[in-house]
Amino acid sequence: MPHIEARDISLIYDTPGGAVPGLRGVSFAMEASEFLCIVGPSGCGKSTLLNIIAGFITPNVGEIRIAGQPVRGSGMDRGVVFQDFAQLFPWRTALGNVAFGLEMKGVPKAEREATALEQLRLVKLEHFAKSYPHHLSGGMQQRVAIARALAYNPAVLLMDEPFAALDALTRDDMQRLLADVWRTTRKTVIYVTHNVAEAVYLADRVVVMTPHPGTVKTEVTIKLPRPRDPLSVEFLDYQKELLRLLGQDAKGH
Amino acid sequence: MHDVARASDIALTPAAAGPLRRAARNAFPFVVVGAIWEAVAHAGLFPPRFFPPLETVAATLARLTMSGVLPHHALDTIVRLIAGFALAALFGVTIGIVMGRSRRAEDILLPLVSIGAPIPGLAYAPLFLLWFGPGNVPAVALVAFVSAFPIIYNSWTGVKAVKDIWLRSAQAMGANDRRLFRHVIVPGALPYIVTGLRLGLAQAWRILVGIEMLAAVPWGLGWLIFGAQEFLNTDVMLAGIVVIALIGLALEKFVFQRLEELTVVRWGMLT
Amino acid sequence: MIADRARSLWRGAVTVIVVLAIYEAVARSGHFAPALMPTLGVVLQTLLGSLLDGSMFEHAAATLYRVLCGFGLAVFVGLPLGVLMGRFRPVENFVLPLASALMPIPSLAWIPVFILWLGLGNAVTILIVLYAALFPMLLNTWSGVRAVNPIWLRAAGAMGANENALFWKVIIPGASPFIIAGLRQSFLRAWVAVIGAEMLAASNFGLGWVIFDAKEFLNTDVMLSSLIVIGFIGFVTERLVFGSLERATIYRWGMAQAAKT
Repeated sequence: MPHIEARDISLIYDTPGGAVPGLRGVSFAMEASEFLCIVGPSGCGKSTLLNIIAGFITPNVGEIRIAGQPVRGSGMDRGVVFQDFAQLFPWRTALGNVAFGLEMKGVPKAEREATALEQLRLVKLEHFAKSYPHHLSGGMQQRVAIARALAYNPAVLLMDEPFAALDALTRDDMQRLLADVWRTTRKTVIYVTHNVAEAVYLADRVVVMTPHPGTVKTEVTIKLPRPRDPLSVEFLDYQKELLRLLGQDAKGH
Repeated sequence: MHDVARASDIALTPAAAGPLRRAARNAFPFVVVGAIWEAVAHAGLFPPRFFPPLETVAATLARLTMSGVLPHHALDTIVRLIAGFALAALFGVTIGIVMGRSRRAEDILLPLVSIGAPIPGLAYAPLFLLWFGPGNVPAVALVAFVSAFPIIYNSWTGVKAVKDIWLRSAQAMGANDRRLFRHVIVPGALPYIVTGLRLGLAQAWRILVGIEMLAAVPWGLGWLIFGAQEFLNTDVMLAGIVVIALIGLALEKFVFQRLEELTVVRWGMLT
Repeated sequence: MIADRARSLWRGAVTVIVVLAIYEAVARSGHFAPALMPTLGVVLQTLLGSLLDGSMFEHAAATLYRVLCGFGLAVFVGLPLGVLMGRFRPVENFVLPLASALMPIPSLAWIPVFILWLGLGNAVTILIVLYAALFPMLLNTWSGVRAVNPIWLRAAGAMGANENALFWKVIIPGASPFIIAGLRQSFLRAWVAVIGAEMLAASNFGLGWVIFDAKEFLNTDVMLSSLIVIGFIGFVTERLVFGSLERATIYRWGMAQAAKT
């Protein structure tokens, strides 16, 4: 049985201008501990798809199954990381943010702080546990957000372009860090991005989407050994292939 | 087929309810409160003198309006408001801009403003009455004095908020001092000044009624309701309060909101 | 930078001294009756006297009691009601029209009515303070709750927060810049209202009453010394109480820019 299964997902936006199809017939399946990237041009509904998997949006047609159970609303089996740095609670320290999910579960204070500190260590921020988010850089804030999403030990990590607003150098560091974190934790990860190099660097498999309405165009399995070398010929070949799949689509319209 | 997505974050609010429904929705709380008032008034718990039913208040309101008494009171109040506020606007904006432009003026005036501002305006009232005698002069002077503080403060902040880069680029393009003032400083500070004026006018309105009660002016809504207390004319007081509410609402709708829109629009332009 | 600050302080001090000197000169010139314009020495003496015999403390305590009762009630009613308005549409639909109709009526306009209903005394003053302080509290809380970043609600929901946790751990802190601005504005209005209400409705105690009563007997020195005390209390609450509240919360959290009042 696949860990996550999307079955024929369709969604219609109800806008003032009338009903606009957002997603049509999106299906895919993934195994436990797989790293799946969803790439597509902006407006293809990839973030919406992630929000449906997270349970924030209910699709008109189709359903998401996680470990065989249909998704109804958000749940603690999934951790979510958004693109917006503002996702952290500004009134809580880094540690307080990471401990939030455990606090909601009713874990005692000492225990949840120990776990939270461990998670911060995983993203190399244990020295900033007492800092408030506004004292942290964008990259550090996103690392706290990743630690926060992992802290209550969900089986699935959902990430919506978490590094898109970072500068290029920081982004490289963050991708490397995320690959390490994934290797340590073996979560099932769905990662939405429009950055093709990022997808090739991180993913086991890439789902390519096309817009208006959002549909799955094809899937590409990245058969490269890890850690991956972004300058290798094979890496660049994958990158070219994905770009071709995306670019062809743009010309086709 | 027409099942719409429950995408609460994406789907926009449903089409605005019709104007009729909106009016009904806005009227509903007043109907409830009015009904409770009527029930209490007619229950006979309190003497009608103290707790008149709404129809008595409406009748008094109509009678006083017809006889011209209420319009006269209202007019005097409005004239005082305008006079006091105009003085405050004139002096407040001038002082604020001077403070913003000149370091020397700022150093000299800021302590005085900071000492004067936290004292509630009405606390000065007896002093003004003592110095100017009862009547219009202390009332208008106090309204002007009190509402000048937010105007000064905001104009000052506004001028300070004009970005150096605008001043430099205007100077680089050959603007002289006068043009710099007219074309860069005033427009740049305008959103703050408008905010200051709005706050000042609201402040003026809040204390004017109190001053009218204290200053023993011959006409004015504050005096009307204060005087009515002597004769236990609760209906007259409530009629006066209704007129006060109407003037206040008109200020809110036609002045404050306009000013706010202006500010918001300007803000949008600036940031 | 430091030299600039020193010069500003120096100039500020000079201004205050010069203004006081001019006042003193005019007061001593004999153009005005000393009863209307007492010299600084007399004002200071009166102030010290009233502080030493404790009467000033009694009046200040009476005023503070009234203002804190009214302000406390305004927070007690306005904060929960504002949150409810922000969270539930029907509450907003019911309360907002009433609030917008009552808010433009200056609180002092109710004094004669309340006196008639309740007689002179504390109840009237406290009610007037409540009326003055309620609306800023209510409306700021309401806008604060509406301004809570939806991403925080989502993130908390994803981490399993229930309604109760959402309220105490996300909505209240998320709305805190507005709530604190509301507290501040409310207290400022309350402070103005209590002085006005005491002038018109207090029978024998309170700083507002002292000032108004002093007018009858042309005790300008008493008026001025009470003004000093009123200004001092207002300044201290503004700076110390609300200032430290802000530093402990929204400044520490970097949320100070969120609410501009």
